[in-house]
Amino acid sequence: MPDWIYRRLGDRLFAALVVFLALGVVAAALLVALVLYQGSALAFRTFGFFGFLTSQAWDAVRGQFGAWPPLAGTLITASAALLLAFFPALAAAIYVVEYAPRWLKEPVAYLIDLLAALPSVVYGLWGLFVLVPPVRDGLERPLFTWAAVHAPALVPLLGPPTGIGLLSATLVLALMIVPYASSLARDALALVPQSQREAMFALGATRWEVVRRVVIPYARAGIFSGVVLALARALGETMAVTMLIGNAVNLPYTVFGPAATMASLIANEFTEADTDLHLSALIAVGFVLLLLSLLTNLVAGWMLRRLARGEGRR
Amino acid sequence: MRKGILLLGFLLLGLAAARPVQLNGAGATFPYPLYAKYFAVYHQQTGVRVNYQSIGSGGGVRQLFAQTVHFGASDAPLSDAKVAEFRKKFGTDPVHVPTALGAVAVIYNLPGVSAPLKFTGPVLADIFLGKVRTWNDPALARLNPDVPLPPLPITVVHRSDGSGTTYIFTEYLSKVSPAWKQRVGFGKSVSWPTGLGGKGNEGVAGLVRQTPGALGYAELIYALQNKIPFGSVRNRAGKFVAPSLESVKAAAVLNDFPADTRVSLTDTDAPGGYPISSMTWILVYREMKQNHAVKSREEALALAKLLWWVVHQGQVYNEPLHYARLPEVAVRVTEKNLRSLTYGGEPLLR
Amino acid sequence: MNRTLRRRYLRDRVMVGLVGLGTAAVLVPLFFILYYVLVQGIGALDLAFFTRPPAPPGETGGGMLPAIAGSLVVDTLALLMAAVFGVAAGVLLAEYPDHPLNPPLRLVVDVMAGLPAILMGLVAFALVVRPMGHFSGLSGSVALALLMIPIVTRATEGVLKLVPWELTEAGLALGLPRWRVIVNLVLPAARGGILTGLMLSLARGAGEAAPLLFTAFGNPYLTANPLEPMDTLPLKLYVYAISPYPDWHRQAWGAALLLAAAIMAASYLARRAFRR
Repeated sequence: MPDWIYRRLGDRLFAALVVFLALGVVAAALLVALVLYQGSALAFRTFGFFGFLTSQAWDAVRGQFGAWPPLAGTLITASAALLLAFFPALAAAIYVVEYAPRWLKEPVAYLIDLLAALPSVVYGLWGLFVLVPPVRDGLERPLFTWAAVHAPALVPLLGPPTGIGLLSATLVLALMIVPYASSLARDALALVPQSQREAMFALGATRWEVVRRVVIPYARAGIFSGVVLALARALGETMAVTMLIGNAVNLPYTVFGPAATMASLIANEFTEADTDLHLSALIAVGFVLLLLSLLTNLVAGWMLRRLARGEGRR
Repeated sequence: MRKGILLLGFLLLGLAAARPVQLNGAGATFPYPLYAKYFAVYHQQTGVRVNYQSIGSGGGVRQLFAQTVHFGASDAPLSDAKVAEFRKKFGTDPVHVPTALGAVAVIYNLPGVSAPLKFTGPVLADIFLGKVRTWNDPALARLNPDVPLPPLPITVVHRSDGSGTTYIFTEYLSKVSPAWKQRVGFGKSVSWPTGLGGKGNEGVAGLVRQTPGALGYAELIYALQNKIPFGSVRNRAGKFVAPSLESVKAAAVLNDFPADTRVSLTDTDAPGGYPISSMTWILVYREMKQNHAVKSREEALALAKLLWWVVHQGQVYNEPLHYARLPEVAVRVTEKNLRSLTYGGEPLLR
Repeated sequence: MNRTLRRRYLRDRVMVGLVGLGTAAVLVPLFFILYYVLVQGIGALDLAFFTRPPAPPGETGGGMLPAIAGSLVVDTLALLMAAVFGVAAGVLLAEYPDHPLNPPLRLVVDVMAGLPAILMGLVAFALVVRPMGHFSGLSGSVALALLMIPIVTRATEGVLKLVPWELTEAGLALGLPRWRVIVNLVLPAARGGILTGLMLSLARGAGEAAPLLFTAFGNPYLTANPLEPMDTLPLKLYVYAISPYPDWHRQAWGAALLLAAAIMAASYLARRAFRR
């Protein structure tokens, strides 16, 4: 065929194919939002959007549903896990990039990446059989018996010392996001140009001062985005949490007691919701989870832009 | 590239290969050990594959309505309202096929206590309401004067999923405790005042087994298979009865056995009867063509034959697994119901 | 040495210690986990595990053959779908940066990357299970693919952007049409990175159980037909872990070890591919 047809047609077809497939991706995302929106319509109509968000009930017998208990559970576990995980994750990242001898860098980084990829169910399995018994027998029980004798007012705040509940779920969640946040932070730290470090060393700074005054601020945006991604992961984590949180759809008043997160609630009840309202309420919880993820993403993007802007170059 | 083609070929082969009939079912965890046995044996004998997923009775009913499964399984019969809804939606009746009778055992984990404990319905209700919080509460001590009960807090364990076992247990509690009936009610999924949730009978048994001081409810076989202690409950005749094959059979006093087999056996006053017993059912569409999961007459026939086998030859597997066999009257009524199953208007079994 | 200097050196020492402590706090529990998985799981990976279907609850001697086969089928299908759509999206973002589809595409990819897996399960249920009328491995693959696409897209875009412009220039100078340049020059140059993205997404998808709870559903029989319900390793792991049967617990550890080993292999291959 004449050469120009081959080129033009080829280019057009190829571009069309790529666009078509990429459109598929966009369509898929829109479908996600649409399905969740439509499915939750019944629940939102019945309870009102804010009514549903703030209601504390979850009673399938009486047809009363509210997202507040699982929402509170999600927020508490995710933020507590992030708080626990942040410093160790950053420390490990700093160690790998700044302090570790060359022969150690690769293996440690590889190990951390591997653990970031370990499936949620494996963490859940480990948590259930290895973490829960010592938490229950070594921490919760002694604390509970001590409080029962010396500070009875604390007892309702502590809750039943079963090992299964908010505490174990949060601990395992923290364990799960540490490697994830750490490898993201490490990528950000590694991007800092060596010239910046050398300049500081030339000025007579100690190792730590270089890290604190140059490397971290330079990588600030990347570290922050890593933190946010880790938070997003923690918000949606399902399997390990479902196995460890005790699945009681009540407000998490107690430290040791059972609770539920939005993800664990959906996982537990979805195949079995037998009334249309119950099913719609579950999808509505999913919709709230979607909104939460979107919100986290948006805030992260906004903060990232602010941080990046403050850096001057780029 | 070559490997990709090989993989594709493997997939296509899997698609094209003549498949044996596969029936999909979902529902109750209460009879799951029994059904797993039924279907394993049936597969050996006939080659028909039955894929049963124990997701809870609520799930079984839901998937049956959603027509993603050939049959559902539930320990809670469909309510009148639900039956009416079924008729309206699908233009045919749901058929309840009883398969076995079982007991909901009160399981517990009390280190240092080996003697079986005694409970009454009202005390159980109070425990699950959160009113009785420790093992050495006077209410329990009164019932078990010879047992040294520790001052351990009671960790209530219930179902986190929609469960027929929950239905049976809460129906019993509603019958014996007005406070429970008013505060919580009964159903496959209730708003529990206290406690941890486990998924499926397996989840509850697992939690109780691992948590000292726990108290929960689960089908008897789960307690026996995992050597979890369970207690006896006082029935309406005033006797403390432990769950067992005999006490379940005794509770199955079926004087007015309804044609649709929907019957409740809880809170029996039969002297030797265990008060938290129940029948469990498999649910199918009477006119199978209305169920889009049933893709052909062949499948409908296979399902009808399976059910016939379950209520006849399959019953021998009940007792070794501590489920009671169906009483004669239940089998007779069920035979009539099975003969009424049709596909496209034509009856399946003669 | 004056006081401030000494103080600075002291602080440096202290911080090294803290950083080391933090790293240990990360590595020790994680070693713990790997150790447990290895020790508990190795005993379960016998021949029966790999070749036999599951036994009824309470009986021993069962295995995970259907779950292993199911994992292979579901994950392969998911990878195919994710590869086709993900790489295409990455190509659009990197090679056609002025296309109006880019801003929404980028937004969508960023958002999808952060969505919880279980939501994808909900969506796959509505889009595939409902219309089909039954659960299937295919719906599970769709759910997983939705999870995997953002990972593949990001990796593809990233690595395509790293390919030096000179390569494209050279191709165009030689008279190749644009599409030829992309397909025959740029993509092969980025091959390693794309493979890395695919492996990483596979590692993610292969380990997910939540989206499969109400899509693939589970199946005790061996089947390679994605139109039937299927079992996968993570799903089986979950069901067995929360059960009260010690034999099932044993098998759950075995499944955990198998999964961990597979993911370790995938990550290792990903790093090797990227190095190339």
